[in-house]
Amino acid sequence: MLTCKDFLRELNDYLDSTTDVELRKQLEHHVNECPNCWVIFDTSKKTINVYQGMEPKAIPQPVHDRLMAALERRMASKSG
Amino acid sequence: MERTYRTAPQYNKFACIPSIPRRISTREKRRVRLDADKLEARGEPLIPPIEASASEPAFDESELVAKARTGDARAFSELVHKYERKIYRLARHITNSDEDAEDVLQEAFLKAYEHLDRFQGNSKFYTWIVRIAVNEALMKLRKRKSDRTVSLDEPPTEGVEDPVVREIAVWEGNPEQRYSQDELRTILDSAIQNLKPAFRTVFLLRDVDELSTEETAEALGLSIPAVKSRLLRARLELRERLTRLFKKKGDDVFAYL
Ligand SMILES: [Zn+2]
Repeated sequence: MLTCKDFLRELNDYLDSTTDVELRKQLEHHVNECPNCWVIFDTSKKTINVYQGMEPKAIPQPVHDRLMAALERRMASKSG
Repeated sequence: MERTYRTAPQYNKFACIPSIPRRISTREKRRVRLDADKLEARGEPLIPPIEASASEPAFDESELVAKARTGDARAFSELVHKYERKIYRLARHITNSDEDAEDVLQEAFLKAYEHLDRFQGNSKFYTWIVRIAVNEALMKLRKRKSDRTVSLDEPPTEGVEDPVVREIAVWEGNPEQRYSQDELRTILDSAIQNLKPAFRTVFLLRDVDELSTEETAEALGLSIPAVKSRLLRARLELRERLTRLFKKKGDDVFAYL
């Protein structure tokens, strides 16, 4: 039987679905029986999802323009 | 400018090929489509998608990098366009400063351009530029704080103490619906800023940019176990902070046990 401590140790691989089939079964069993670990698993998954759902802010146009200008200067000095 | 790929249905061409048992990532699918387009243009027979392998760098990109290495400015600009947003976001998260992030962005791409001949074709360009950008960002932090503790080296306590879980409570509804985009971004950004750079960076690369464990290890010059243990700590610390904000009031699991 897995303890809560075992579950927590395997949480990453469980979240990423990288455990082997046998361990996965045991983890699934634990998470269905143990309300604490179910909440930890559920809120961890939601934490990752909410970050992944966040669109990267567009790069400000002046920042982009200055980057391209700096690159052009460097390219010009390299070739000439 | 994002390149657009032709997406005309080509299923009829693969009709004779049996279904593939394993899951194929979007990246792989796109590459297969590109390969197919190329072969089609040359009048060669199509290769079934089963040939695709996740470990190879994307076909279109290695060609782009090869062109950039010969001094093709347009090819390099295309790489810049592709990754500048992600590098800027990463730099802002690490330095927590718009000004420093802009410096990091410029330095990273200038250095990449200068040292393109040192880039090994067997890793991804993105992993390589991330590594340069992370180094630049950490240098900024050290300079600004004149703090020698800012480092991606192993924190002394790592692996010794178990990760902490205090808040055990379900979330109230869906944060994406409870908060506006801007409010949520502010909450998420400030939660991430409270992590140590060593944990923050691993979380950003693994969970936000969706690099693999191996790619993250390569980009940060860390071992795979170090990436894994940091990721667990980062995930649990963020979960802790977000749960404090998002939990259903009075609905801690302990309350009704
Ligand atoms: Zn448990």
